[in-house]
Amino acid sequence: MSQTLTVDKFHVYYGEKHALDNISISFQPKTVTALIGPSGCGKSTLLRSLNRMNDFIPMFRTEGSVRLGEEEIYDSKIDVVNLRKRMGMVFQQPVPFPLSIYDNIAYGPRIHGTTQKKKLDQIVEKTLQQAHLWEEVKDRLHKSALGLSGGQQQRLVIARVLAVEPEILLLDEPASALDPISTEHIERLILSLKEEYTIVVVTHNMQQAKRISDQTAFFLHGEIVERNETQTLFHSPIDQRTNHYLSGQFG
Amino acid sequence: MNAKLIDRFATLFFYAVAILIICTLIGLLGYIVIHGISYISWEFLTEPPGSYILGQVGGIAPQLFNSFYLLILTMIITLPIGIGGGIYMAEYAKPNKFTKFLRLCMEVMSSLPSIIIGLFGLLLFVQYTGWGYTLAGGALALTIFNLPLMVRVVEQAITAVPREQKEAALSLGVTHWQTITKIMLPVALPGIVTGAILAAGRIFGEAAALLFTAGLSSPNLDFTDWDPTSVSSPLNPFRPAATLSVYIWKVNSDSLSTETAAIVSGGSAFILICVVLLFTIFARLLGRYIYRRLTSS
Repeated sequence: MSQTLTVDKFHVYYGEKHALDNISISFQPKTVTALIGPSGCGKSTLLRSLNRMNDFIPMFRTEGSVRLGEEEIYDSKIDVVNLRKRMGMVFQQPVPFPLSIYDNIAYGPRIHGTTQKKKLDQIVEKTLQQAHLWEEVKDRLHKSALGLSGGQQQRLVIARVLAVEPEILLLDEPASALDPISTEHIERLILSLKEEYTIVVVTHNMQQAKRISDQTAFFLHGEIVERNETQTLFHSPIDQRTNHYLSGQFG
Repeated sequence: MNAKLIDRFATLFFYAVAILIICTLIGLLGYIVIHGISYISWEFLTEPPGSYILGQVGGIAPQLFNSFYLLILTMIITLPIGIGGGIYMAEYAKPNKFTKFLRLCMEVMSSLPSIIIGLFGLLLFVQYTGWGYTLAGGALALTIFNLPLMVRVVEQAITAVPREQKEAALSLGVTHWQTITKIMLPVALPGIVTGAILAAGRIFGEAAALLFTAGLSSPNLDFTDWDPTSVSSPLNPFRPAATLSVYIWKVNSDSLSTETAAIVSGGSAFILICVVLLFTIFARLLGRYIYRRLTSS
């Protein structure tokens, strides 16, 4: 059920600003691709363009193509709401809804028409297990999600995303607001989700990219400088700029 | 002079300003409470007014009722439009010239002198419609200057919802409309409720906009008649109705006995202040209660 996501000669403009310049990259099923680069390099812009989350930004404009399987994402006839459902997104700050743990997970499925309590119970348990959170919260499913720790909240958010059965997971620095132990939880979770999903993760943390990703793309000034298998890119980068960034000469 | 000395002077100055504000407030409230409380009795709250021109005090029951009823009518009109407008401004209005113009219009509208709104109401809701002085006309006039405030309150409350909260909902395949109604409005609700009640306090005390719209008099109200179409029913929105603030103004300008005027306006002022104070306290408690309900349900 996971799909290939293909970005082809893709440009993004915010008004006059050319934020992404001729990006071509594809994201394969059962693969974690890390997008790295300094702040403002365009990696988050690309991620947010993949599920059309940038549509709400005034003056936002694109050229080129992004395809999910065979479908053109920026086709004017596409159902954007359904598209977003197919691409789960997780943000830097954990954002549980101000509801109970159970209702947070059940929120998506309910909106999409699942009302049977038994079915919802199953979804809640299954996704919380997938997100490695079940054991910690099974006795307080009906308590507020805001009472969870930051790391737990982030896993809850991931479970909430899984509950609407996406094909792609887009993670925007999912662990950068968390402590080391929670970060480790999230990283292990990402590795286990790789079995089923196409995963794209934006990260500032190069060690993290090394630990969890199969492919890495290095962004600079709105362009992809270099893209390769993670081990290769980190050990023998081809481009001088990649080498400088990885060795900490700028960032 | 060195920076540390200036710093000390500045600190003293701001303390002095704060003390001045608090003293003014306490002085004012204290004066009204001390002078007003002695006039308050069960009769004062439940009887119709006496012939104050002849020096009879009577009560303020119809005026008190009118004030509350007018407030409710105004809120029935203001809330849906205000919430709709606030959602539009926060979520749909693109940052362009039209939106800027709209904002300018609302700012002007909210800062219009209320007596001007009263005169405008006289032309439109009293004469043009042919209703005469009515509660409905008063409610519409109050809506004019309450609406911009309401729109701003709602807009600010919705804009204060974290962007990630909205995007998290959208990324689950929730439509924009569902995101607004199911996620953003509930999160914004405490702010909206607090703002609405504070706006209500302002309406409750308004007089100038009502002089020419809801009128200076009340018919003899029959508090057993709850048919809104009947002339003497308190619920009839198409009857004239003097509110408490208007009544204070009227007694002071009409009464021949300064003593009677002092008693009536002193007591009424006390009630007015109490109600507005209660609104404010209630707003805080309700806002906090809703927030707690939402975050730990």
